[in-house]
Amino acid sequence: MTTETHRAIETVWRIEAPRLVAGLARLVRDLGTAEELAQDALVAALEQWPAEGVPDNPGAWLMTTAKRRAIDQIRRAETYRRKVAEVGRELEESAPDIGTLVAEDDGIGDDLLRLVFVACHPVLSTEARTALTLRLLGGLTTDEIARAFLVPEPTVAQRIVRAKKTLAKARVPFEVPQGDELAARLGSVLEVVYLIFNEGYSATAGDDWMRPALCADALRLGRVLAGLAPREPEVHGLVALMEIQASRAAARTGPGGVPILLADQNRARWDQLLIRRGLAALERAEARAAGRPGPYLLQAAIAAVHARARHFADTDWERIAALYEKLAEAGPSPVVELNRAVALCMAYGPAAGLELLDQLMDVPELRNYHLLPTVRGDFLSRLGRTDEARVEFERAAALTRNERERTLLLDRAARARTPLPTPLPRPVDPPGHRHRAGTPLPPDNGPRKRREGPSSREKG
Amino acid sequence: MRFMVITKATAASEAGRPPATEEFEVVGAFIQEMVDAGVLLAADGLHPSTQGARIYFDGTTKTVVDGPFTETKELIAGFFLVEMKSLDECVEWFKRFPVLRPGDGERSNIEIRRVVQAEDFAEEMTAEQREAVERRDAGARFD
Repeated sequence: MTTETHRAIETVWRIEAPRLVAGLARLVRDLGTAEELAQDALVAALEQWPAEGVPDNPGAWLMTTAKRRAIDQIRRAETYRRKVAEVGRELEESAPDIGTLVAEDDGIGDDLLRLVFVACHPVLSTEARTALTLRLLGGLTTDEIARAFLVPEPTVAQRIVRAKKTLAKARVPFEVPQGDELAARLGSVLEVVYLIFNEGYSATAGDDWMRPALCADALRLGRVLAGLAPREPEVHGLVALMEIQASRAAARTGPGGVPILLADQNRARWDQLLIRRGLAALERAEARAAGRPGPYLLQAAIAAVHARARHFADTDWERIAALYEKLAEAGPSPVVELNRAVALCMAYGPAAGLELLDQLMDVPELRNYHLLPTVRGDFLSRLGRTDEARVEFERAAALTRNERERTLLLDRAARARTPLPTPLPRPVDPPGHRHRAGTPLPPDNGPRKRREGPSSREKG
Repeated sequence: MRFMVITKATAASEAGRPPATEEFEVVGAFIQEMVDAGVLLAADGLHPSTQGARIYFDGTTKTVVDGPFTETKELIAGFFLVEMKSLDECVEWFKRFPVLRPGDGERSNIEIRRVVQAEDFAEEMTAEQREAVERRDAGARFD
């Protein structure tokens, strides 16, 4: 077999696999079996295509081949059951009608949507959901997932096997949730997609290229999802957020991978195509939100304010402060409040920011969070309250675990008399901050490195 | 990685004959398939070269020549901007491009080119080169 044909088959397979597995899963009601059947179809293609040529419609060929095998399997199982139970009548009544099942070929989109909801089912851990989603919907191999998340390949493989078992054991139905359940389940799906995006966004220079590629995978998943669930405002909101954040990819690191803060980024390098796509997605989200914007939409709206500002000085901080207020209403979080304080400072001066900040001083989640004293020190120093500023910077230096940051903070403490302009450092989710509604501080409202997640937490 | 996929002009497209209804439909379906798969970023068709112009640069002399241009098959008739995992994936997608034109034994092609993005420079560029790009970009108009 020529390597070209081989490569072509593998590529076709990657393009078709999600739809294939989705269609088969509806038929056999089991993810593991569906994947095996899809694999069988791939093997058949590898045997036949090199000799007969790649068919005109390879996707349909693969689907027909796999479904034929699925039906054989169902028939065999039925025959077996019939023999054992010797109650054919009962079976006739309960078994799905193969004819109808196979005829339902139009619902591929629905099948994919069902597959998304099953892969992101809440009975699974976040790690399992992420791995399963990338494998089944992103078309990534276990090896690629492992490289992207910096974990050993067997760990990912095991995670996926266990996830499929968990789903089978919990008898998770292969269906799109309805009514009240939909919102919560959709939240679980969007969380997984954004988590994949963040993982890619936090990749640094020297990382395996599979890591930054996660951004593209997440964007693709998000766009697919927007097509599958076009009436959901938060889906468009998430797509908008990711498109706009991805638009800054080229501008956000300098030579050697040093991060460049939003204030210092060369905006000419922002990807205008992605910004336009992001703004269009935001419009779609807003049109569907019926005046009740969710956290993704609001974060996208904040990102859009930055995207529309041609220079950092043009940023509409009043609007950003107002959006943070709505974000806090949608999902109260001290990190959002901290961001809002910075926006208030930028919009109305340090006194306004300080007023909000002072209300946050006793919040338990922020007690050991070095960014709170950092920001407070910055505000105080802008107000000329240099002694207090020095104390805050010293406190922040004692709290941070990052050596370079500590040096910078101690330096600022020493020079507290000279008010420094922005930039402020980027905040990180404090431990226990589950809801990812917190957008980082204005200097770069891109996603930040997660403390917990597939790359750092193992369950064995 | 991002690709620009270039479709070439034909005698019909250069003559400004609009595509048949059927062609609109099948190409539309193909585009929709790429949208559904989350790979299409943008797509546009171009008017015949009669509505275009070329600027020839010869030293300090600039000569503007209005269309049409003669080498039909080499002219661009439209383009897609797509985000793909690899050239292979892009090739497999565009093998599915439903070509109804040119017909009449006319041979055509679709050209796939990878778009240069910032990360392509990251490794090869020296710090000075990067700085030069930064300076140039900083001086550039925003849009």
